[in-house]
Amino acid sequence: MMAIREAFAAFRRAPLLSILGVVTIAFSLFAFGLFGLVAVNIADALRSLENRVEIRAFIAEGTPVEASSAAMGDIQAFPEVLSVTYVSQDDALVRARKELGEFSDVFEPGVLPASLDVKLKPGYRDPTTVSAVANRIKSYDFVDDVRFGEDWVAKLYRLRTIATLVGTGLGLAFAAVAVIIIGATIRIMVMARAEEIAIMRLVGATNGFIRLPFILEGFIQGVLGGLLALGLTWATSTAISHSFMRTAFFDPTLATLGVVSGALIGLLGSTFAVGRQLRRL
Amino acid sequence: MSLVRFLNVAKEYQRGGVALTHASFQLNKGEFAFLTGPSGSGKSTILKLIYMEERPTAGDVWVSGVSAREASRKEVSMVRRHLGIVFQDFRLLEDRSAEANIAFALEVTGTPADIIRPKVARVLTQVGLASKGTALPRELSGGEQQRVAIARALVNDPYILIADEPTGNLDERATRGIFQLLRDINLAGTAVIMATHNLELIRRTEYRTIELNHGRLVFDSAEAPPPEAAQPAAPSHHDENTI
Repeated sequence: MMAIREAFAAFRRAPLLSILGVVTIAFSLFAFGLFGLVAVNIADALRSLENRVEIRAFIAEGTPVEASSAAMGDIQAFPEVLSVTYVSQDDALVRARKELGEFSDVFEPGVLPASLDVKLKPGYRDPTTVSAVANRIKSYDFVDDVRFGEDWVAKLYRLRTIATLVGTGLGLAFAAVAVIIIGATIRIMVMARAEEIAIMRLVGATNGFIRLPFILEGFIQGVLGGLLALGLTWATSTAISHSFMRTAFFDPTLATLGVVSGALIGLLGSTFAVGRQLRRL
Repeated sequence: MSLVRFLNVAKEYQRGGVALTHASFQLNKGEFAFLTGPSGSGKSTILKLIYMEERPTAGDVWVSGVSAREASRKEVSMVRRHLGIVFQDFRLLEDRSAEANIAFALEVTGTPADIIRPKVARVLTQVGLASKGTALPRELSGGEQQRVAIARALVNDPYILIADEPTGNLDERATRGIFQLLRDINLAGTAVIMATHNLELIRRTEYRTIELNHGRLVFDSAEAPPPEAAQPAAPSHHDENTI
């Protein structure tokens, strides 16, 4: 009880420093949150793109229909494969004209090759699996070429990794600064209460009891910083949703994890500082 | 069993040199002892060794059977809960009332609030300040502030009251009052060890006197009859460590 009262009293005694601690934690997690948001949205985009991942195996001209039909049966039996569709030269032309709209007359009949369009089961749509299946299909003699949009799938995956790494890096740097600032806050609090602490020790208060309010204070600063960061990230995400594009926000588990990280940063900063400072008194 | 036992104790400070050598004595239950000697003679060091603020460099100190050399930090805290400590400069928290200062000693040892209130009222009455519980330290006279400090020391029902120059900052009248209070506390069963320069107080009573000079125990009335004429204390350059 006394520890909680004292922890809150610290906010009254040094409001500026306490706010600085909270804001630094908030910035650290906000940086982390922004890049996290990018990563989450790329992951979302990847999921929806993955639904459209398709391997198109172009069939060499003059291939007998029996050969491609037999291959279709084989490919259908691959564990990764959801469906195989035969697209004739005529079908390909119809589809191309539909997709190209006003430029639909660039293709002459018979220019586009026939193909086998292979869709993969969910869970097998990542770049590695897709390219492995594509290679297997490519090994058929009658297959001229295989396309599966390898470039942009790999690029998106790379982008997600970069966003995650940059976010983690920046977040950690800010977190280190937050730990230092909270440490400084706690040190000043300890110094301001040096007399009180000396009396506490004389009357037999244990070290744990003396530490508790300071550690609690760091924890409270951390939780507040975490909540502030969550609010800032949410506001940013909402603003982007309104003005540019619809963006996804963290699910409750990730959001909670953010606040918990704040609490941990606060705990870490205060625990280190109070331990060192009390030894000096 | 003795409450406090010093056996061949030496204390050397990293800066400041030897503060105490070959000190051996015991303090028994219910005893009253003066600790006297010039500044820097080791009085405060002995008291600090008793409340384990300092640990002996050689020899050992036992307080309620706990060895100062071996006690963990937790054990030191537990020992202190049975000691009452009073200083020349009172060491009250200026921002809270007399009552709150006394209650503080109980709060920080985890005593429940419903036990704290009656205990605080009892010790305030015991030190004669029943009507001044809500006063801030600066609203009280020096003597009254020292009474609050004594009340804070008493509230944990200590075995021993350790008083380091408790009358050093007080005028004669307040000194007499505080000394009488310490005697009453002793009569009620608490052992008292009091460091003082005030030879007048010592002469007026028959209490045990332990005299120190240059970190050595030069006289203990429990072991020898008092000297015919007290030697004037030699001035010392050895500055006593402040607490």
